[in-house]
Amino acid sequence: MELSVSDLAVSLGKRRVLHGIDAVLRPGRVTAILGPNGSGKSTLVRTLAGLLDPDTGQVKLGGKLLARLEPRERARRIGYLPQEATVHWDLRVADLVALGRLPHRAPFAGLSAEDLAAIDTAIETTAIGPLADRLVTQLSGGERARVLLARVLAGQPQWLLADEPLASLDPVHQLDLLDRLRGLAATGMGVVIVLHDLVQAARAADDVLLLRDGRTVAFGPAETALAHQPLRDAFGVEVMVIGDDQGRLLPVPIGRTKTA
Amino acid sequence: MSRIALNGGLALLVALLFAGSLMAGKFWVPPSAWFSPDPRWWIIAELRLPRAILGLAIGAALGLSGAVLQGFLRNPLADPAVVGVSSSAALGAVAAIVLLGSSAPLVLFGCAMAAACGSMLLLAGLAWRAESAVAFILAGTVLASLGAALTSFLISIAPNPYATAEILDWIMGALTDRSYAEVQLALPFIAIGCGLLFLTGRALDALTLGEAAARSMGLRLERTQLLVVLGTGLAVGASVAVTGIVGFVGLIVPHLLRPLTGARPSALLLPSALGGAALLLAADSLVRLSPGPSEVRLGVAMALLGTPFFFVLLLKLRRSTWN
Repeated sequence: MELSVSDLAVSLGKRRVLHGIDAVLRPGRVTAILGPNGSGKSTLVRTLAGLLDPDTGQVKLGGKLLARLEPRERARRIGYLPQEATVHWDLRVADLVALGRLPHRAPFAGLSAEDLAAIDTAIETTAIGPLADRLVTQLSGGERARVLLARVLAGQPQWLLADEPLASLDPVHQLDLLDRLRGLAATGMGVVIVLHDLVQAARAADDVLLLRDGRTVAFGPAETALAHQPLRDAFGVEVMVIGDDQGRLLPVPIGRTKTA
Repeated sequence: MSRIALNGGLALLVALLFAGSLMAGKFWVPPSAWFSPDPRWWIIAELRLPRAILGLAIGAALGLSGAVLQGFLRNPLADPAVVGVSSSAALGAVAAIVLLGSSAPLVLFGCAMAAACGSMLLLAGLAWRAESAVAFILAGTVLASLGAALTSFLISIAPNPYATAEILDWIMGALTDRSYAEVQLALPFIAIGCGLLFLTGRALDALTLGEAAARSMGLRLERTQLLVVLGTGLAVGASVAVTGIVGFVGLIVPHLLRPLTGARPSALLLPSALGGAALLLAADSLVRLSPGPSEVRLGVAMALLGTPFFFVLLLKLRRSTWN
């Protein structure tokens, strides 16, 4: 099911943060949203997740207006992994992952067989089985990132929206998480991630949406969106494009664009 | 510990303490006198039973609302006093004594309830659609201070020393000499309030991951806030309206029981209600046994018990953030 926005404008308080965004995001692909700090990436993801109401324009899921969906129905289809990784109470990992089933459960109902199966699959996909009985405070940053991802996956969403999931992860865990997200897209899930690292975006993303000051600079396949000119326009940086051993082109920032 | 074992154990404890509360006092009434034509039966039926019922209900209301507020605000230091409901209810009762010159149970109760619910609605308005729990806590603290200041002001303009004595007597919090009239007044409100509070479990669980994640899981936080505010206003308002201010139950009980429930906020609600009932029944039985002709005030005893606990809690929190 496609997730699309048309002529989207969003404000935070009185400040207009996004202006006239148009994009059709396709399932089964990884779409990376990139842009300088304050360019509206998180706002766009939160709007896609249905957490912010647009001033104008629409967000549609499979042709239906997102705003018309009942919140729980929306939550079953769109999983959102916020940037904030705080867990306020010291839960057991398995209990934390089980929270992902909330949109599927009736009030006061226990976990059904279906719930338990979904939780097991999520734990397996993220390889956190050995951590299931640990407390959240006993996890390393990389483990915690995987546990929080498992929470979202337990809800079996059609779309996964992750806001800077790589922040505070070391390179190995960054690569590990990106590979897992790619694996999820390969199963048909739509994956949207906010990233900062151009190289990681080039490695992991099928499509890239470049933002600057709340406007689209480029949207399209990673190779075209992560080329010299769009990156100059979005970030004001010059890149050197190098090829990796799998033939992918990776843009490495080497300096700031000189303004004439 | 499994949920059934924990809740079963606590329920048993409450039942024992309820029976103990019927027995204990300046006159000790053994169980053998309960079901016989013993004249002491009158003490049980007319004096101790309403008092025990109120202790049970009010303890449950305080424990439950503490657990709900801590979960809602994601703060282990939250309790009904922090959001201003207790001091608002007290203000209402004091206003009835000073301004209306009446200390009839119905008038006191009505004024205290009105003030408690009014202040909770004001709180909901002040914190409406606020992004963080901080706004809610700040607004609650402001209301609590305002309530306390206005109460002091009313005491200072009290028409005569009798009114002042009556106010102080009432504010200190006690279950002494409470009758079925108070039970009839308070019980329905406490029941409805607790019912509303029990509906928040799912939302409290989801809030463990922060507000954005909770809303992304399909929860309507505005609805949750309304349940919390109304439930607390009704349950705690009615409690304070018949006993005066009894603090710390809502703070201590959820905190003690949290490790036994795996820290899941929804799993903490029923144990906190039972634990609150047990604590209040035990404390109310103990204050009756204090030496001398009069009793130690329940509210005073709770504060004496609660303050050291609060210090230990703070020290523990600081140590865990340092390490």
